[in-house]
Amino acid sequence: MQSLFLISALKFVAFVAVVLLTVIMLVYAERRVSAFIQNRLGPNRVGPWGLLQAIVDVVKLLLKEDVVPRNAYKPVHDLAPIISIAVALSTFAIIPFGNTINVYGHEVKLMIADVNVGILYLLSITSLGVYGVTLAGWSSNNKYSLLGGLRSSAQMISYELSMGLSIIGVLMVSGTLRLDQIVLQQTKYLWGWMPAWNFLLQPVAFITFVVAAFAETNRLPFDLPEAEPELVGGYHTEYSGLKFGLFFLAEYANMITAGAVITTLFLGGWHLPFAENLGLSPLMLSLLQVLTFCVKMFFVMMFFIVVRWTIPRFRYDQLMNIGWKLMLPLTLVNVLVTGLVLLLIQ
Amino acid sequence: MGHNGKMIRKKDLTFLQKSYIPEILKGMRQTIAEMFKPKFTFRYPEERFRPNPSFRGRPVLVQENEVERCVACGLCSRVCPALAIEVQASETELEKERYPIKFEINMVRCIFCGFCEEVCPEEAIVMSNEYELVFSSQEEALFGKDRLLKSAEELKPRLEFLRLNR
Repeated sequence: MQSLFLISALKFVAFVAVVLLTVIMLVYAERRVSAFIQNRLGPNRVGPWGLLQAIVDVVKLLLKEDVVPRNAYKPVHDLAPIISIAVALSTFAIIPFGNTINVYGHEVKLMIADVNVGILYLLSITSLGVYGVTLAGWSSNNKYSLLGGLRSSAQMISYELSMGLSIIGVLMVSGTLRLDQIVLQQTKYLWGWMPAWNFLLQPVAFITFVVAAFAETNRLPFDLPEAEPELVGGYHTEYSGLKFGLFFLAEYANMITAGAVITTLFLGGWHLPFAENLGLSPLMLSLLQVLTFCVKMFFVMMFFIVVRWTIPRFRYDQLMNIGWKLMLPLTLVNVLVTGLVLLLIQ
Repeated sequence: MGHNGKMIRKKDLTFLQKSYIPEILKGMRQTIAEMFKPKFTFRYPEERFRPNPSFRGRPVLVQENEVERCVACGLCSRVCPALAIEVQASETELEKERYPIKFEINMVRCIFCGFCEEVCPEEAIVMSNEYELVFSSQEEALFGKDRLLKSAEELKPRLEFLRLNR
C-alpha cells in the first residue's frame, strides 16, 4: 500500500515537472515556428537557439507587479487563474503515455490515475475550464473582459457537445471508458497489416473532435474569447504578473492536453506499429513506446501551431453555425452510422 | 453581390469546398512551405545592414587632400528645414579662399532629408551610409568638424551615385 502511494507520488512529481517543462517549451516552439512561417527568426538570443527564452519569460512574469483593477471582485479575480491552471493540469492524470511496465516486481502503469470512467472524467474536467475564463471575465470589471468571458462560455458549451458526441463514436468501437484499454484496442491490426487506430475507423469523429478541440482550447480559428483586434486581450485583459502567467500556462497546458487526448483516442496512443516484432527487451520496448507517444504529440502540437498561422478567425455567427448546424448533426449521424455498422458486423 | 439581398456567385461552391478541409490543407501547405524560405531578419550585432549608395545616412563633409571641400557659402544652413546646420566662414590662403571655421550639425534636429546635399554647389556635404547614431546627451549630438569630415575615397560610392542621378 505504502509503495503504491510512493509510486503514485513519484509519477505525479515527474509528470507535473515534465508537463510544465513541455508547456514552456511549447511557448518557445510556437514563437519560433510562427516566426519561421512569417520569414522571421524569432527568439534566438537567450541560450542556444533561444531555448531559454521561455524560461526567462516566466521569470519576468514572476517578478512583475500584480495589478488588480479598483472595482474588480478580488477573491474571484484571484481564483479564476487557479481554476484555469488546475483544470488544465489535472486532465493529464489519466493520459496513458506508455504500456504497463515491470519495475522491481511492481506492475507500474504509465499513467498517474487509472480511472475506470476515464473519458467521463476527461469530459467533466475539461468542461470545468470554462469557469476559469468566465469568472476572470466577470470579476475584472471590464467590458472587454466580460465579453471575452461570455463568448468563451458560449463557445465552449457549444463545442463540448460535439466533442462528447464524437468521443461516443470511439467508445462504441472500443467498448470501454478506460483510456489505457482504448489504447490497447488500437494496438490490434486490421487485415494483419493496418494498425486499428481510431482515426482510420472513425474519420468523421476524428475531424469533428479535432475541430472541437481547437474550440475548447481557444486556439485560432476559434480564439474569439481573446480576439485581440476586437477585445484587447479578452478575459485576461485585466491580469498581470503571475496571474496572467497562469492563464498563459493554462492555455498552453490545455493545448498539450488536447494533443495528448487526440493522440490517445485517435492516433493509437503509445502504439508504434510492428515495434513488438522487433525483439526488444520489455523495458526498451516501453521506452520506445513512450517516445512514440511524445513524437505523436509533437506532431499534433505542430499541427495546432501551423493551423493558427494559416486560418483566419471565424465570425461569431459562423462559429455558432458551425457548432450547432454542422458539427452537432455530423457527430449524431456518425454515432448512428457507427451503431448500424457495428450491428451489421456482429 | 447584392440583388434583392441575394448573393450571386458565378459558380456555386462544391461540397468539398464547403467542407473547408481541402482549402485548409492547401493553406497549410503554403504556410509550411513558407517556413523553409530564407529569412529577412538580420542577426543585428553580428550581421549588419549595408546600405546601397542611394541610402541617406548621416550627413558628412567631404575631405579631399587633407582639407574640406566646403567653401562656407551657407546654402545648406539656409535650406535646412530643421535648422540643424550652423556654419561660420573664415578666410584661407588656399585657392578656394573661404573655409568654414566652424561647421556644426545638430544630429538631434537633422531629419535626413538630404536638402543640404542637393543644394551644395561644391558637392562638399553628402549623405553617408552611417545609420548607427546613438547619443546619451544633447551635447554629444552636436557634430562638429572633427566628427563630420570624411575622406572622399570613403564616400566614393555616394559621390558616383550623385553624379549619375542628379
